[in-house]
Amino acid sequence: MAENENDLKITVRKLNLHYGPKHALHDVNIDIRANRVTALIGPSGCGKSTFLRTLNRMNDLIDSARIEGEVKVDGEDIYADGMDTVDLRKRVGMIFQRSNPFPKSIYENVAYGPRIHGMTNKAEMDALVEKSLRQAAIWDEVKDELNKSALALSGGQQQRLCIARALAVEPEVLLMDEPASALDPIATSKIEELIYELKERYTIVIVTHNMQQAARVSNDTAFFYMGRLVEFDATEKIFTKPKEKQTEDYITGRFG
Amino acid sequence: MTRSKGLVGRLVVGFTGACAFLSVAAVVWIMATIIWGGHTHLTWAFISQVPSEGMTEGGVFPAIVGTFFLVVIMSLVGVPVGTITAIYLSEYVGRQSKMAQVIRFAVNTLAGIPAIVFGLFGLGFFVQFSGNSLDKIFYHGALHWAQPNILWASLTMALLTLPVVIVSVEEAIKTVPQDLREASLALGATRWQTIRKVVLPGSMGGILTGAILAVSRGAGEVAPILFTGAAYFLPQLPHRFTDQFMELGYHVFIMTTQSTDVEKTLPIQYATTLVLLLLTFTLNFSAIALRARIRRRRVAA
Amino acid sequence: MPKKRTEKKTFRLGEFLIERCIQGVALISLLFICLIFVFVFREAFPLFTGQAKEPVAQADVGASETYGEEPGAALTVDHPELEQKQEPFKARHLLAKEWQPVSLNPKYGLLPLLWGSLKVTLVALLLAGPIGIFAALYTSSFAPRWAREGMKPVIEILAGFPSVVIGFFALVILASLLQRFFGFQYRLNAFTGGLAMAFAVIPIIYTVSEDALAAIPKTLTEASLALGATKWETALFVVLPAATPGIFAAVLLGFGRAFGETMIVLMATGNAAILTASLTDPVRTLSATIGAEMAEVVFGDIHYRVLFFIGALLFIISFGLNAIAEFFVRNRLMKRFKGI
Repeated sequence: MAENENDLKITVRKLNLHYGPKHALHDVNIDIRANRVTALIGPSGCGKSTFLRTLNRMNDLIDSARIEGEVKVDGEDIYADGMDTVDLRKRVGMIFQRSNPFPKSIYENVAYGPRIHGMTNKAEMDALVEKSLRQAAIWDEVKDELNKSALALSGGQQQRLCIARALAVEPEVLLMDEPASALDPIATSKIEELIYELKERYTIVIVTHNMQQAARVSNDTAFFYMGRLVEFDATEKIFTKPKEKQTEDYITGRFG
Repeated sequence: MTRSKGLVGRLVVGFTGACAFLSVAAVVWIMATIIWGGHTHLTWAFISQVPSEGMTEGGVFPAIVGTFFLVVIMSLVGVPVGTITAIYLSEYVGRQSKMAQVIRFAVNTLAGIPAIVFGLFGLGFFVQFSGNSLDKIFYHGALHWAQPNILWASLTMALLTLPVVIVSVEEAIKTVPQDLREASLALGATRWQTIRKVVLPGSMGGILTGAILAVSRGAGEVAPILFTGAAYFLPQLPHRFTDQFMELGYHVFIMTTQSTDVEKTLPIQYATTLVLLLLTFTLNFSAIALRARIRRRRVAA
Repeated sequence: MPKKRTEKKTFRLGEFLIERCIQGVALISLLFICLIFVFVFREAFPLFTGQAKEPVAQADVGASETYGEEPGAALTVDHPELEQKQEPFKARHLLAKEWQPVSLNPKYGLLPLLWGSLKVTLVALLLAGPIGIFAALYTSSFAPRWAREGMKPVIEILAGFPSVVIGFFALVILASLLQRFFGFQYRLNAFTGGLAMAFAVIPIIYTVSEDALAAIPKTLTEASLALGATKWETALFVVLPAATPGIFAAVLLGFGRAFGETMIVLMATGNAAILTASLTDPVRTLSATIGAEMAEVVFGDIHYRVLFFIGALLFIISFGLNAIAEFFVRNRLMKRFKGI
């Protein structure tokens, strides 16, 4: 469905993943387009989060995980032998299900990434912190208390701070693993608005269990079931006339 | 039937309760006796003076300083080594990997070896082997290092207390949420950057607890230093690594078993024991309090 | 068969060096375990190859090679003229019934020392075992919350008492008290030493048993209570038996501690190397022998090597006890509850 090869940000071919004896992902093929929001939906345990974590190699942290197949970001195989996970994760940022700010100040949280990548200039850093916080739509709320502990923020603010923290590294892709699942409706809608704005600049892949959310924020939707990619298409097509029976059953609430 | 059952029940609870009470009473009894016997003699003069009159009078100043030097040198070596080992075990190798199991087994074994065997090892390895080698290389065989001294005693003690540090630090590292490690790695931090900026700051309490427990253990053990560096009587303080030193625990042992006049020096013995007891008690108590705080934090997380 | 991907990275020198350093330091504990083994055995080994030197061979350097500065430490035999009469050391001499290392005709029989260690350990375990285990049962099954939360720190404080403090207490208070009460012939004896040792062993047995008892799944206790068993019946007949492997491990670790502890026995047992059945006679344990005599031996002679041999024995025994205890806690206890 990609009209133009240059549009493709991430291409996945025949991806299989095993956790020990468990076969968690079966032959996944997908093309994720740049500057769009791609939603991954499906019932719990269907492999959508696992798949997300293969895109920045966070599964490397799990000893028992074995991966085969091909994942290319900008045409470069991220599982190739010479690939550096540190560089990869700089380009492919991640937002987690539970907001996980460091027990440091708001400023230090955002400055963490740039600092480990070698930024030392104070003025530059200040500017970057402000820019990231603005992009994450939290600047106005925290600008007067940048030295306050990040843990003092509310859940929704913490999650936006984590987004700002990820943006400060200036990634190209943002992976979001159910970023609003622990938040109240107001905080959720703020995050959704934010995602909508961010897609101008970033390629976003978001895992969600909330189908309205998928329908609201995404351009494309992929439906996962039991470790397989069942259907992948433009969001409106998935939600109005899915090709597969399983997809239809899921989005109409017949299971999951 | 029910009544006899109730009676037996009360007996069981009463008996086990008595056992618990006995254990607590032992602590109170020992502490009370030593505080009672030593508090009158425990004056500033006692703490700040050198023993005199063939150790039948005077204070324990050199023993306090010696103990202090011993635990400082010991900590400078043991705490970093123990911390790094704990980091390796919990951050670098998988919990179930062969390497982790082997090292953990070694640490457990180290923890179970009797203190006196450490003393023998200190004598055989540090004093004899290392000391003789150093003397041969740097002093053409003249005797400098191949005799008991404060460095060898401290290193022996560092080895003895290593498991204490490792266990404490590992426990604290476990309290750092996996979420934070992932957050750091997802931002493109390397493993070491993650350890240095996220894991270590979150484990400072545990490292401190480990250090305190090690110091307390080191200050209390006597067997390892019997023949690696402790001296019977030395009015001057150690000022080189090759000096011998007086130590509180060893001083208690000497005063009670080898004193020329055990009856006359009894107040000194009590007061010396009290100093040692207060020192280790304070250290242990703060470690227990600190650890309780860390555990609460883990439960909260 | 999918192959496992290895995490290959761009070469970062700093990261690489740090990782190596950390690994190297971690291996130090491993290395030193081996070194302890090697050095303690190395010093004892010549006993069995017949290369152990007689004191006279070292007589010229004797003074500088003596450890410690005890006054009156000049107990080293130096009688070259008698040297010829002594038969060379044989391993079977270690099995003799007498321990008289410092005499014209030295005897290195370890039996009285071994017996002494066993006596003290036995007394300590008989006292500390039941007290520690039942105290643990009390805290885990019956105690009100405040008592439970108060017990642990207090026991930890007891565990933190330096052994010389316990030794001092035994020597100055306990010994006289027991003598007056029981009319012991000797003020310092195996029983007094064993009782003092019990203070050091209680915390170990208590802590390990408590862990084992606390690890018993709640479902098990609830099942028993639901069947109409009382609290104490559940504690005695369900919880306690279920925790047996852990409690056994606790007793083993207590045994190891009592067997290897030096300062308490050195101060409170009287240190006479005699082989008698009575628990109220003075004894000299293996560990106390090292502690008392190592400072006075001549480096490299038979006595020195025999003391190292005793150290090696203590090492092996503690190593074995730990291995067995770990086996019981890890394998048995875990298997029972996790169904692995």
